[in-house]
Amino acid sequence: MSGIRFSKDHEWVKVDGDIATVGISPYAQDQLGDVVFVDLPAIGKKIEKGKELAVVESVKAASEVYAPVSGEVVEVNAALGDAPGTVNEDALGKGWFAKVKIANKAELDGLMDEAAYKTFCEGLH
Amino acid sequence: MTTSNPPINTSAGTISGNRGLQLEEPLIFEMDVPGRSGVDLPDVPKHKERLAGMKRKGAVGLPGLAESQVVRHYTKLSQKNYAIDMSVYPLGSCTMKHNPRINEKIARLPGIADLHPMQPVSTVQGALELIDTLAHWLKTLTGMPAVAMSPAAGAHGELCGMLTIRAAQLAKGDARKRILVPESAHGTNPATAASIGYEVDPVPADERGRVDLAAFKAKLGPDVAGTMITNPNTCGLFENDIIDIADAVHGAGGYFYCDGANFNAIVGRVRPGDLGVDAMHINLHKTFSTPHGGGGPGSGPVVLSEALAPYAPLPYVVHGANGFDLVEHDGGKSFGRLKGFHGQMGMFSRALSYILSHGADGLRQVSGDAVLNANYLQASLRSDLSVAFPGTCMHEALFNDDFLEGTGVTTLDFAKAMIDEGYHPMTMYFPLVVHGALLMEPTETESKDGLDRYIEVVQGLARRAKAGDAAYFHGAPYHTPRRRLDETLAARQPILRWKPEETKKAAE
Repeated sequence: MSGIRFSKDHEWVKVDGDIATVGISPYAQDQLGDVVFVDLPAIGKKIEKGKELAVVESVKAASEVYAPVSGEVVEVNAALGDAPGTVNEDALGKGWFAKVKIANKAELDGLMDEAAYKTFCEGLH
Repeated sequence: MTTSNPPINTSAGTISGNRGLQLEEPLIFEMDVPGRSGVDLPDVPKHKERLAGMKRKGAVGLPGLAESQVVRHYTKLSQKNYAIDMSVYPLGSCTMKHNPRINEKIARLPGIADLHPMQPVSTVQGALELIDTLAHWLKTLTGMPAVAMSPAAGAHGELCGMLTIRAAQLAKGDARKRILVPESAHGTNPATAASIGYEVDPVPADERGRVDLAAFKAKLGPDVAGTMITNPNTCGLFENDIIDIADAVHGAGGYFYCDGANFNAIVGRVRPGDLGVDAMHINLHKTFSTPHGGGGPGSGPVVLSEALAPYAPLPYVVHGANGFDLVEHDGGKSFGRLKGFHGQMGMFSRALSYILSHGADGLRQVSGDAVLNANYLQASLRSDLSVAFPGTCMHEALFNDDFLEGTGVTTLDFAKAMIDEGYHPMTMYFPLVVHGALLMEPTETESKDGLDRYIEVVQGLARRAKAGDAAYFHGAPYHTPRRRLDETLAARQPILRWKPEETKKAAE
C-alpha cells in the first residue's frame, strides 16, 4: 500500500515499509485553530489502534490524537515542542507527530484514501 | 532601573493615556520607589545576630509604595473587572447567580469569621452545628445518606468521590482500572480520573446530545471502576437514560460518580440518590450562590451512597455525648484526609444562609426559574442563532455556529463583540461535541427585563454578522482597556512572572 491514508478521527498515516508516520489532517488543524502545545508519546511506547497516541492543545481545546494503527513508537517529532505552530503550517509534512512500527498491516485497510476522506469531511460541518 | 512613571499608553489619544474613567495602571512593581513605605517603623535596635549565616543577602523584592498608592492601584484594577454585581454573567456551566448580601452579613459575624480551626470543639459548638445543619440539607436535597464536607471546590470534590470509589473497590480486593466518561463531560472529570491513575475511556454522545446508551453498555466490563457523568449535562440537557446507565454500571460492579456542577437545574425537584448516584459533589459556590467563590475559595462537599460512606475522608462532624464532636481518626476504612481541617467555613456559612433564607419551597423555585430563564433565552434566540439540539433545555442554552456560516465571523469574534456591548461573553467552544459552541446560562437571578436587553444585543450582533460586517467583528473589542489580545502567543510563550529589569538583563 502506498500514499496517504486518513482515519475518521482526522489522523493521517504515511507508510514506508513497516513504519507509519502519523499526524493530524489539515481539516483537524483548521478546526482546532492555533496549536499551542503538543504532548508526544515516549519512544518505545506500545500503542493500540484507536487509543490515545498524543494530545494536541489549541487556543480552543485540548484533544486526543488517536493511533490509526497499532504498534511501537520509534520516533517522535520533538521539533513540535518549540514550534507547535508547525502543525498549522504544514500538517501533512513537517507537522508530523510520531513514527510507529506497524504491528498489523491489515489495520490500514480500514482507513480512507485522500478522495474518500475529502468526501467524509464535506459531510461534516 | 525603577521609575514611578512608566510609559503611557499613547493609543488613547489623550495626554495621560487615560480614557475618561478608564484609567491606565502600571504593574505594582513598576511603581516601586525604593525606601517609600506606608508605615513608619523605628530603627532596629542594636542586637546580636542569631541567624547563623541565614541572613537574607538579596533584596526582599517588594515595591516601595505609599498606602494611598496601594489602595488606588487595587481599586483601579477592580474597576477593570466585570462582575456579577454589574450585569448578566452568562458564562455557561458556571451558574453565575447573584450573591444575596445576607450571606455576607452572616459570614462576617464574629462568631463565625473569627474562629480558629484548632480551637477545642467545646468552644466551637455553633460552628460544628452549622456544618451539621448544612450537611443535613445537602443530604436531604440529594436523597443521599452521607456527605463529606471537606473538599475545597468542584474538582477537589471529584477527587474525593473518585478516591472514595477506589477505596471501596480496594477494600473488596477488586482493583479496577477504567473509568467511562462522556465526551461532553467537564474537562475536570477525565483529568480527575487520570490524575489518580485510572484509564479514561470516552463515551460518545448521540444525536440528541446525550450519552449514547448502547455505546456505554458496550464499553462496560469487569475492569470498569465506574463512570463520571454530569446531569444535567454540559449541553444543558437532562440525561434521561440516567437510571438505565446507573443500573448498567452497578450491574458491572462499578460505581456511578455524578458531577453535580449543574445541580442548580434540578435542586428541590430531583434527588440524585433516586437516580442511583453513588457519589456527587455539590458546588456550594454555584448552586448556593457566591459564584466562583466570590473570588475566594469554593467548596465542593460530596454526598455519598451507603456503599461508599464508610470510606469518606476525615474529619467529619458527629453528634457526641457532649454535643457535636469531630471524628479525626476512624477504624482505617476512610481513605484519609483531603485537606487541613473541616472544609471551607466561609462558604458553609454563606451556603447555609442562602438555603435557610430560601427555604425548601424557595430552592424549588430557584431551579424552576433557572430552567425557565434558560428556555426563554433559547426560544428568543432560536431564529437568529442556531440551537444545538432540538427540544427544550435545562438551565443553559447551547448554540452552535451554523448561524455564522459563510459570514467570516467566528464564535471568538462574536464573543469579543459582546465585550464591547458591556457583557461578559458566554462560554465558547465548550462543550467540544458542538461546533463553535456558544453556551449561555442566565440563572434564575436575571429579571425578564435584564434578559430582554441581553437578548436584544445578541440578536443585534447576529444580524450584524449576517449583514456582512465581518470586519467590525474582526476588529472587536474596540472599547476595552486593551484591544484583542494575542491568545496564541500568550499560550505559546507565556510570561508567568514579572521580573525586575536587572534580572531580565542578567538572564539574557
